[in-house]
Amino acid sequence: MDRIPILKMGRCLLVTIQVDLLDQTALALQEDLSQRIAATAAHGVLIDISALEIVDSFVGRILASISGIAAIMGATLVVVGMQPAVAITLVELGLSLDGVRTALDVERGMGLLQAVEQSHGGD
Amino acid sequence: MAATEPAAPRAGAMALVAERDIVACRQLVRKLAQELKFSLVDQTKMITAASELSRNTIVYGLGGEMRWEIVTEGLRSGLRLAFEDHGPGIPDTALALTDGWTSGTGMGIGLSGSRRLVNDFELHTVVGEGTCVTITRWR
Repeated sequence: MDRIPILKMGRCLLVTIQVDLLDQTALALQEDLSQRIAATAAHGVLIDISALEIVDSFVGRILASISGIAAIMGATLVVVGMQPAVAITLVELGLSLDGVRTALDVERGMGLLQAVEQSHGGD
Repeated sequence: MAATEPAAPRAGAMALVAERDIVACRQLVRKLAQELKFSLVDQTKMITAASELSRNTIVYGLGGEMRWEIVTEGLRSGLRLAFEDHGPGIPDTALALTDGWTSGTGMGIGLSGSRRLVNDFELHTVVGEGTCVTITRWR
């Protein structure tokens, strides 16, 4: 099974999803990310989904669950790069991704993570 | 496929057995929707609906198949997909089409949500015999 690489940059973890996701690959990402957050004490996690052509309820549920796990472990998750057609479809499907922070692109997502870090005063 | 085929086939089928078939199903539906020149949003909606329904067929229906057909009605053309399994069936279809109801581990928006993504939606199910969901999206 393919695993999605997780990069570390400063106190952030970066994930770029570039393949059509198998359900098992999405589940493995959830597990790998929680372990990496614990191992690196990351404060922020950024997931770039700009290459994803669809997000269905399964992937939506995984993103919401990663967001919840990250929050419990003291990290903020930002999902960036969702294509407009994907956003339109998600809303019509009935998935609002409640509680998942999003940003238009990687730059804005990193800005959001830095702002969160500063508001906590760093440590 | 026959070498003398005059045009692209107007119908076909694929097996839905393992999880990787969900990915293959999405790819096939994308190809068909592109051939029909669906807009990007319409393509995305049809692929997403196919993703939800093929997962249902595999996970809840214990496997089955998807049949596809390019349909025309007067001047309009569209894509019709039928997801059929011989699984346990759905005892209460009204309940199954309610947002948030789930028999398994999902969020319970697969059926009700995919109905909103297409123009026509038909659900036939017999307890103990199986389920067939047919969806059509017109261009």
